[in-house]
Amino acid sequence: MKKYLLDLRVKSVERIHERYVLIKLTDDKPLPEMLPGQFVEVRVDGSPATFLRRPISINFVDRERNELWLLVATIGDGTRRLAVLTQGDILNCLLPLGNGFTPAKVGERVLLIGGGVGVAPLLYMGAEMQKTGIEPTFLLGARTAKDLLLTNIFNMYGRVYVTTEDGSEGEKGFVTNHSILQQEHFDRISTCGPTPMMKAVARLARDRGIDCEASLENLMACGLGACLCCVEKTTEGNLCVCKDGPVFNISRLLWE
Amino acid sequence: MADLSVKIKDLALKNPVMTASGTFGYGLEFADLMPLDGIGGIIVKGTTLKPREGNDYPRMAETACGMLNCVGLQNKGVDYFCEHIYPQIKDIDTNMIVNVSGSSPEDYAECAARIDALEKIPAIELNISCPNVKDGGMAFGVTCAGASSVVKAVRQAYHKTLIVKLSPNVTDISEIARAVEAEGADSVSLINTLMGMAIDIERRKTLLSINTGGLSGPAVKPVALRMVWQVAKAVRIPVVGLGGICSAKDAIEFLMAGATAIEIGTANFLDPAISIKVRDGISDWLDSHGCQSVQEIIGVI
Repeated sequence: MKKYLLDLRVKSVERIHERYVLIKLTDDKPLPEMLPGQFVEVRVDGSPATFLRRPISINFVDRERNELWLLVATIGDGTRRLAVLTQGDILNCLLPLGNGFTPAKVGERVLLIGGGVGVAPLLYMGAEMQKTGIEPTFLLGARTAKDLLLTNIFNMYGRVYVTTEDGSEGEKGFVTNHSILQQEHFDRISTCGPTPMMKAVARLARDRGIDCEASLENLMACGLGACLCCVEKTTEGNLCVCKDGPVFNISRLLWE
Repeated sequence: MADLSVKIKDLALKNPVMTASGTFGYGLEFADLMPLDGIGGIIVKGTTLKPREGNDYPRMAETACGMLNCVGLQNKGVDYFCEHIYPQIKDIDTNMIVNVSGSSPEDYAECAARIDALEKIPAIELNISCPNVKDGGMAFGVTCAGASSVVKAVRQAYHKTLIVKLSPNVTDISEIARAVEAEGADSVSLINTLMGMAIDIERRKTLLSINTGGLSGPAVKPVALRMVWQVAKAVRIPVVGLGGICSAKDAIEFLMAGATAIEIGTANFLDPAISIKVRDGISDWLDSHGCQSVQEIIGVI
């Protein structure tokens, strides 16, 4: 897929949680082709303590409105600077990067499991699946009810099941505890979220013989597979999360 | 339009802008984002005789105005390069230069010899900042003896343009430059990264898997510039300058300090098309200052 370096224009920045903002971007030209699971390397201007671009997954693409959505966890100087962008500001983006999730096939029962800000790329994945006539099932986990992100939007694209660690919404516990995993059979799982969560999902998938892929997040510099900083050890040696990933089938990862 | 062409011995560059090893892959990774034939040369990823897995993750840490890396020369080895990568890059219309690393003078020489046989690779850049596994892991390039031993061995095996990339982690870089010039280097490029470190205070651990790593980016520019200036006065062979170059203005500083050509490295991560912008900026500056050729500003300081 062709890569572009674009000065995108900020349409809106919405603080949806004390730790998260939803940034909607647009361009004068139609946005380029991009796949669910791919990401964007965002240049942060006006942040003296930071230097490199920030890799942010593609949360959603609205072709009619020509919008690209980025769900950003404001956890450091760079991301906090992104949170104070306003309408009309320019955000220079290198996109689309990475390999993306495996497209779903008609008839396949696909479960999209996410936690924390890791839910972000699953929204675009589910939306694209729905377009091809496949209904996605989302299983989203958070510590507590207020940490569940964009659930009303997820609901527009498929069935949504939720877990919270304190039981304040949905089923109590981790995503791997949810009853849907006992009640229904799935052909494939795509997961994105904190590494311990993804490892637990991978364990479950392996035990049940369910094909599973995980979206990793390693520290990156170039985002293009050139500098070899973001490598993950796999069955094929060190591979770049930015180019050979971020999505890897769990059979290639050296988890456990 | 000023003449931007420069020469490093027999190596003709259409303009003085090259991309640094380890920051531009094999060029192809950037093909969507900039015209690869627009710059004077691309120095590809460090290549070793045998394949190397490199160091464990994490291999990088962001710093103020820069970054640390400890990638550890991950590459599939020279044979893989010759068989699989060379065919894909040999027809890129610029100087495709291979960076060569090794753990012994014999390894360096053998690797260089195999690259010598590749018709469309006109030059190699020797990375002598690698640890000498026989000498307790001390880098070849931190002593005159170590640097000389590598260049001497490679010079016998390699017959095209030989650029030697110097380490700045030394007491007197001019001394090292003179030593490699004496062994037949056609050019020296400097600087490689400065040794640095970073710590996560909450986890009470270093941020890099091998604790220390190489610092690059704007933070190192004043050191690099000073060293280029000193080395350009110490040797007769052309000097290639690198270290924190992010703009045409930066590049011109290095040219004025005595560099015949420059390399852009870390800046590629901020802007994949920066090398083209720097080329155009140098051209614009020369035009607006009434210079007919880039040669008029090389070494004026």
